[in-house]
Amino acid sequence: MTGGVRRKNPILKTRQPTLPPALRSRVALGMTAGAAVGRLDLQQCEQCGTVQYPAREVCRSCLSGQLVWRPQDGLGTLLSETVSRASMELYFRERLPWRVGLVQLAAGPTVVAYVHAACAAAPADVRVEVALDRAGQAVLVAMPLDAAVTLAEDPRLHDMTCDPTHRKILVTDGKSEVGQAMVRAFAAAGASQVWVGHAEPWKQPPGFAALAELPQVTLVPLDVTDGQSVTELAGVIGGKVDIVVNTADHHRTYGIAGRRGVETAQAEMEVNYLGLLRLAQAFGPALRGRAADGDAGAVAWVNILSIFALANFPPHGTYSAAQAAALSLAQCLRAEMRPAGIRVVNVFPGPVDEPWNQLVLPPKIAPKGLADAVVKALKATVEDVYPDPVARDWLERWRADPKTLERELMAASPSSAG
Amino acid sequence: MTTDALTGFAAALAAGQIRIVDLTQTLTPDFPQIGLPPEMGQSRPFRLEEVSHYDERGPSWYWNNFSCGEHSGTHFDAPIHWITGRNLPNNATDTIPVADFVAPACVVDCSAESARDADYLLTVDRLTAWEAEHGRIPAGSWVLMRTDWSKRTDPAAYQNYDETGQHTPGPDVDAVRFLVDERGVIGFGTETIGTDAGQAAHFTPPYPCHSFMHGAGRYGLQCLANLDQLPPTGALIVAAPLKIRRGSGSPLRVLALIANGA
Amino acid sequence: MTAAAGYDDVVVTAPVTVPYQRYSTKGAHWFLGRAVAGLLDASGLPKSGIDGLCVSSFSLGPDSAVGLTQHLDVSLRWLDHIPMGGASGIVALRRAARAVQAGDASVVACIAGDANRVDSFRESTARFSLFSQDAVYPYGAGGPNVSFAFLTAYYMRTYGATAEDFGKLCVAQRSNALHYPHALFTTPLTLDAYLASRMIADPIRLFDCVMPCAGAEGFLVMRRAEAERLGLPYARLLGAIERHNPFPDDPIQYRGGWVLDRDALYAQAGVGPRDIDVLQTYDDYPVINIMQFEDLGFCDKGEGPGFVRRNSFEVGGSFPFNTCGGQLSVGQAGAAGGFLGIVEGLRQVTGATLGAQVDGARHALVSGFGMINYDRGLCSGAAILGAA
Repeated sequence: MTGGVRRKNPILKTRQPTLPPALRSRVALGMTAGAAVGRLDLQQCEQCGTVQYPAREVCRSCLSGQLVWRPQDGLGTLLSETVSRASMELYFRERLPWRVGLVQLAAGPTVVAYVHAACAAAPADVRVEVALDRAGQAVLVAMPLDAAVTLAEDPRLHDMTCDPTHRKILVTDGKSEVGQAMVRAFAAAGASQVWVGHAEPWKQPPGFAALAELPQVTLVPLDVTDGQSVTELAGVIGGKVDIVVNTADHHRTYGIAGRRGVETAQAEMEVNYLGLLRLAQAFGPALRGRAADGDAGAVAWVNILSIFALANFPPHGTYSAAQAAALSLAQCLRAEMRPAGIRVVNVFPGPVDEPWNQLVLPPKIAPKGLADAVVKALKATVEDVYPDPVARDWLERWRADPKTLERELMAASPSSAG
Repeated sequence: MTTDALTGFAAALAAGQIRIVDLTQTLTPDFPQIGLPPEMGQSRPFRLEEVSHYDERGPSWYWNNFSCGEHSGTHFDAPIHWITGRNLPNNATDTIPVADFVAPACVVDCSAESARDADYLLTVDRLTAWEAEHGRIPAGSWVLMRTDWSKRTDPAAYQNYDETGQHTPGPDVDAVRFLVDERGVIGFGTETIGTDAGQAAHFTPPYPCHSFMHGAGRYGLQCLANLDQLPPTGALIVAAPLKIRRGSGSPLRVLALIANGA
Repeated sequence: MTAAAGYDDVVVTAPVTVPYQRYSTKGAHWFLGRAVAGLLDASGLPKSGIDGLCVSSFSLGPDSAVGLTQHLDVSLRWLDHIPMGGASGIVALRRAARAVQAGDASVVACIAGDANRVDSFRESTARFSLFSQDAVYPYGAGGPNVSFAFLTAYYMRTYGATAEDFGKLCVAQRSNALHYPHALFTTPLTLDAYLASRMIADPIRLFDCVMPCAGAEGFLVMRRAEAERLGLPYARLLGAIERHNPFPDDPIQYRGGWVLDRDALYAQAGVGPRDIDVLQTYDDYPVINIMQFEDLGFCDKGEGPGFVRRNSFEVGGSFPFNTCGGQLSVGQAGAAGGFLGIVEGLRQVTGATLGAQVDGARHALVSGFGMINYDRGLCSGAAILGAA
């Protein structure tokens, strides 16, 4: 490799990751749910409509206990600001100085927020956004009104993103349509290296051979159902991967009665659940160890799951179960990666437009749309991605009432209202 | 075999007068597994998961769990594997007479033809030509089709898939019927992933070797190796599958015993 | 609102300081215990002569004032715990005075003190309050520096205060501190040195920040007759106010609760701003001093900078202020910072100062301010002490 690739001095100790303060009260964690999907939610009183911050147990105005988290536009005025040049916390000491401000939101409350470098000096009109910091907690950021300005453009705030530019990516299965789209999306996003896993080398699906022609791409043998294969690859590239994108997926379209035996269900679990476990055991420790390895250190782990992980879609019943297992494990992975500040991004597409969803009615998300959503999520600071209308529709119904959704799903279509 | 014969056999072994050739591929997760269209049921490939390795999971011992389909690696096909053999007596790995697990072999060298044409089919003509050279194929013997396919260490070359499916050599319909009906062989063995040719799905009937061999209570051996080390005749094959109840086959160690000078 | 009753013949006496240390391995109980010992020593009372105790401390946990009673083995009929930081001295004084006035206690020891181990400050700021934990500390705004930077920048922008104005106060306080034996800062400060000190959180400089340390302060509250019986010099409590969360709808803090209560304070005391001979403010950041000048009526809102420029603040100056050096020069011994002004004011009006004495000081106004719960200080208080 040549120009543009930074090499570190091997005699210098690799820094250990530090995190911003992660402690939050339970009630404050309400902001995290919105932040996880990139949405600014603030506490609002159902009785009197007061918007309040910081989070409280009761309404600051009418003392009602009926508080809900509602999306906010974040518009406000930067009243005052400072450049913080000293901190007692290691995370900030390594990143000084910080620009921090006090913003009065048009919705009412005054908030402490990071201030983006592109914001004019106080007093100034700003738009407060929410972001997940490296501890995975929701923080507020005052942004200029110009919506084109991104978090990553501020070198201090860039740290909160997992921008794939100049990073080294492993796409665990590059053979599927989703995998191929993912490889192309990361190459287009400026990844310096994309390792493309491929199992069963005797199978050459359409389009796969052309991937190898991309200059960033290196094909590597990887079968997530084979612990030795995963371990061997981790032994070769584990110390270099900055972002793992687990596209390995085994999808069959059976419920319980539609398929005798457990062979397909086992295969689904082998790939979607145990495959993730094998990958996490083999690649997780190295990623954690490189979480503070300079500007292009290890930053993220992406799991391409399915919206069926939230609730069982009976026509794809065993697949839904495998997805639920994978989601559960991904939550464990998120907890274990958090001390290093490695973000685990879970992606929950609705039906993807691929052969196993042939009989699923549209809308279906195209593999390219899914891949673009993943890149966009990494450039932002979200950790849960619902990239298409069906996924968002499911999410809304699931959040409203999982039991109702369960009943609705007894009808066949994933976008059916019963 | 008399006791004396066995004593003689043991003495010959000890004296190095009998050579033993391993006809078995190593079981590894990398070894190609038979592939079927994805909507069909799939045979699980061989997988090895460590149980402990002198570590906290078992301080003084190393061992693994392995899993695989019955038809993984070098493996044996029992008659019950095919629908044509489903009602035969003693048709499964646990009921096949153990005497059948030791039998002589005739090795037909098709390596040159297979090198030229991956879809090479072994014909009756080729078999009778072989008999003209080496004598009539004895009843109760294995016929092993040497193609040198086992030397293809690249899994993609071994499987040899393209958009029209797999391209590997095997017997044609008449050759199978000839071996079963005219010669009474005990089974048919190949170096490829099936006893049938890669394109045998398009034959009439499809997969004739499976269909006729198993329909007649005969056996199959696949993914054999080192057939190039066997003489055309004179080798004795030891091929005993695992005693799986109602097993349709199993991975196994296949050994060939060859007397010096054979 | 009816006016609060006066404090009759309640007096404040026996000012005690447990000398400050930058770091100490000793716990809060040590400093508080030594403060009580100092009070007994100063008053000549036995332990049993104290029947009320009022405690302020950030580092006493997991104990409260209750645990301290057994730790020190004092038997009491009145006990209070005041967790109000910089306002805790005034609030403790008010509580104790009412207890004595009503006869719930005869002699109340008011003490405040904190330990300071090497990592204490980080630990205490990380969990200072729920709002701070949830909405300030995660932004690297650890401690009040950043919060006060916001207020200071806003005040400067709105009212035209300059770094030189803040520096003038800091320099004057240092000058006063040079006479005070317990001050941790013992060398003179020049305006140039102040202006050259490094930025901590613009526009807050290093010398705008107090230095956390360990130490304790204490005083006794009793009736005048008791003080006279014991032969103790005392100050009369002429008036006292407190206020909490005064202007919740101000988007940013530029005024404190004194604005709401100062008229009541002066009416109760029967004196006005012009009668004040010495002022002790809570000085954790100079901007708060200027706010107190304004909000306590020494000048109008927004005229603080002009007031600073017109006056001199040394002990011999036109407006003697923070005469022992304040926390900026003495150090901030946690909750004891909220007692420092009372103890110094008491010494000034009893003519018993350890440092420079303001000639003929008869009225001392002591002001407290505390608890940056989120974006502003919530507690304010003030008391006027009169010479006997």
